[in-house]
Amino acid sequence: MTLPPVLTVDHVKKVYVTGDRSVEAVRDLHFEVATGELVCVVGPSGAGKTTLLRCIAGLMDVTSGEVRLEGSAISGPPRGMAVVFQEYGRSLFPWMTVRRNVELPLKEKKVPRERRAALVDEALATVGLDHVHDAYPWQLSGGMQQRVAIARAVAYEPQILLMDEPFAAVDAQTRADLEDLIRRLWSRLGVTVLFVTHDIDEAVYLGERVLVLSNSPTVVLEDVPIDLPADRDQLATRALPRFAELRAHVYGLVQQAKRGVRAVPADSGAAASHSTAHTTPHSAHRERKSL
Amino acid sequence: MRFIRSIATATVLPVLLVAAWWFTSLGSDDFFWPPLRDILTEVPSTWFEGRLGADVAPSLLRLSAGYSLALAIGISAGLAIGLSAPLRQYCEPVFEFLRSIPPPVLVPIIMLFAGIGDSMKIVVIAFGCVWPILLNSVEGARSIDEVLHDTARVYGLGPAARFRHLLLRGASPHIVTGARQALSIAIILVVISEMFAASNGLGFTIVQFQRSFAIPQMWSGILLLGAIGVILALVFKLVENRVLAWYFGLRRKQ
Repeated sequence: MTLPPVLTVDHVKKVYVTGDRSVEAVRDLHFEVATGELVCVVGPSGAGKTTLLRCIAGLMDVTSGEVRLEGSAISGPPRGMAVVFQEYGRSLFPWMTVRRNVELPLKEKKVPRERRAALVDEALATVGLDHVHDAYPWQLSGGMQQRVAIARAVAYEPQILLMDEPFAAVDAQTRADLEDLIRRLWSRLGVTVLFVTHDIDEAVYLGERVLVLSNSPTVVLEDVPIDLPADRDQLATRALPRFAELRAHVYGLVQQAKRGVRAVPADSGAAASHSTAHTTPHSAHRERKSL
Repeated sequence: MRFIRSIATATVLPVLLVAAWWFTSLGSDDFFWPPLRDILTEVPSTWFEGRLGADVAPSLLRLSAGYSLALAIGISAGLAIGLSAPLRQYCEPVFEFLRSIPPPVLVPIIMLFAGIGDSMKIVVIAFGCVWPILLNSVEGARSIDEVLHDTARVYGLGPAARFRHLLLRGASPHIVTGARQALSIAIILVVISEMFAASNGLGFTIVQFQRSFAIPQMWSGILLLGAIGVILALVFKLVENRVLAWYFGLRRKQ
């Protein structure tokens, strides 16, 4: 990995304080995403995935540590980041047509009119929606609405695209289509993607790397490289023995995370190559991985 | 075809009521209850020979000035207050107090500050109209989805774009509800404000007719007021259908 990291999450800690009570949601997250990578973040429910994503997106202040986009620390949502939210129905402006939804961020970025039109056309064509420019989002199915949100993110030409469980609310078939769309976007446009999900299969199928998070207060349990062929196919890839191995490995990690394991010895596991897992002295129950 | 039928449905009852009035009053020799026929024959000479410009136009101008002022203040203050929870807590008791004051009782007081001219009448109208608009705008700003706020932040929408594309549009269903209530209040207040220290206007003219025992003319003024109310409501509906087309569509879908 010779390319400089686009995104650096540098020992981020997040403590929620309400009145005189404080809850440590994220203890110490540390990882990098290099240019052009597609990294999935997976963890048990309640692992602070949403907190992590909101911190990275600049929607929430971190308690300590920092998030850097191309080397500069962020405070507030940075320009070079686009986010696709889980709640597609709530993240599109219902009073704007599909086209205007995709175009609005570009207008704010002061992209000249012609370039803007070209970007919108291209983005909508890429997600397979060139026939619904003038429809309103609520006239479309859930999967199509999420495509609009993806088109908006792509047209924005971000340095990194954050996705927060974007397919959690769509049906299984649509989900498979959208997963392949993300792979296509990634390989064709070379956009860097950080994809948060609770679905282990999805993480392994999509990612080039999978970061497994521990239970809250969150640390990175293991950084699993996914050495599957770049050309992924819903049937063929999922039928590969290596896919099953990786899936089992990540599944095992998530199960450990659920039990409260916060550190995995770096030497264990076939897939752990550049693990950034931390040994935390505070962890009450520490277990040996049994894979 | 559906359009024609809906117009027919909407006009059946008014036509029946007018017919009932026409026939029951036909032989009336009560001075205060003249036949509708007499009232209608008075309309052209009473209103279309100068009073449309001299009295109706000033009333409509005051109405639109007061109503616009109320819209501008109510929407901007309401959206700002709706966005901030502390501000809301500070303001709510005061609003509850102010909104329960009937604007007509303020006319003598406002006269002390704003004189007896048009500005007094405009202030009275605006004061009465502002509350439903303001309180609904507060509600509207509160009702905007968190995820949309996050989206606006993530995609770097500046303050102007956020106001125009997020706040104003997001709160518009509530704002329109308040504006509709305010419109009927505005019509009432324009008449009432013209009953005090006025020298023209619909309210002034109707009271003049009443005091000079020109009873058919007085009735014709009341009919004209009603007609103006209907026309304004129709215009409002047209604007609403345009502005909230997305909202009606979204609701039908759900």
